[in-house]
Amino acid sequence: MHESAAQIFINAFLANNFVLAMFLGLCPFIGVSGKLETAAPMGAATTFVMLVASLCAYGLNLLLGYFQLEFLRLIAYIVIIASTVQLVEMVLKKYSPSLFRALGIYLPLITTNCAVLGVALFQTARDYDFIQSITFAVGAGAGFTLALVLMASVRERLQLSDVPAVAQGTALSLMLAGILSLAFMGFAGLGG
Amino acid sequence: MNQTSAQTWDEFMEGIWRQNPLFVMVLGLCPALAVTVSAVNALSMGLATTFVLTCSCVLVSLLRKLIPKEVRIATYIVIIATFVTVVDYLIQAISLALYDALGAFIQLIVVNCIILGRAEAHASKNPLLPTLINALGMSAGFTLGLLALGSVREILGAGAFFGVALFGPDFQPWVVMVLPPGGFFVLGAWLLIFAAIARRKQKKLAEITQNA
Repeated sequence: MHESAAQIFINAFLANNFVLAMFLGLCPFIGVSGKLETAAPMGAATTFVMLVASLCAYGLNLLLGYFQLEFLRLIAYIVIIASTVQLVEMVLKKYSPSLFRALGIYLPLITTNCAVLGVALFQTARDYDFIQSITFAVGAGAGFTLALVLMASVRERLQLSDVPAVAQGTALSLMLAGILSLAFMGFAGLGG
Repeated sequence: MNQTSAQTWDEFMEGIWRQNPLFVMVLGLCPALAVTVSAVNALSMGLATTFVLTCSCVLVSLLRKLIPKEVRIATYIVIIATFVTVVDYLIQAISLALYDALGAFIQLIVVNCIILGRAEAHASKNPLLPTLINALGMSAGFTLGLLALGSVREILGAGAFFGVALFGPDFQPWVVMVLPPGGFFVLGAWLLIFAAIARRKQKKLAEITQNA
């Protein structure tokens, strides 16, 4: 089975959207999607981490395969992701302290964002080559950002509407996510 | 003696009810929604998480005086990843069908926020026994939560429970429940129920204090 780069991108971006179809990265999806102005940078930061992690995971996988140390794969991946997140954190703190504060606890938590580790694990499981890995990471990141921005836009509108007190908070966000997910099911089969 | 055992029981129940990781703290959503298409999957995921959570917390608790504060998160992650690798190979050895059904989500237990959260918030500060009890309670709460999700989704979406057909051949399955949107809807509904119960309790409490 050989997928073209475009197919992989569309699959990761829309048809098998990481958040809405594969349930990866839900914690920041529920946590940071309150405001549009934090949702977009969060998506960008996560995409960057995904891309770097994907590149490193590709190289690392070759290395581990060469030394026949595949059982160390998971540990090696998570260490790489943690260091990348640390890097992003330092850069953001230096160049945009306000954004750094707005993202708060969710920035270090990118380490435990399953979407990032998911990219690394899936590309290994599916034997993607170098180009495929990069497009997969970018597609997944773009899909994550899209879901986050969509959700934030809906929730900003929602603040003005009259919601029963019981349903406020996470329960309502989950229902909304369900409806968004229904909409994304319409993309099924698009990636071929 | 009796009092300490009551305390122990209380601490154990805290993970199941008052601090339920899934329904109250809303942590660990990704595996909770992704694998709960059937009760069997939910139960096995719960047991795998139980193993990792308990072992990691015990080890973190034993090593808590040796781990330097600056690198504690990294250390915890490596400990967790080690146990996840163990569980990954274990499930592969026990049942290949289950391994395929759960897919990458076994390895993704590493990034389950509940485990890191417990290691950081509880195991790193407490001796062995309380940690063990707390970890077991949390795991039980998480497993029950997964089972609650998985059962509802399997019954509605496939008309079966643990693979046993419930409604006979004429049943029209509500397919969307086993598809991704169903996961969001069912968890949302459970949270609604919990919120309604909590509100009713609060109201009653307010009435009692007013009357007094």
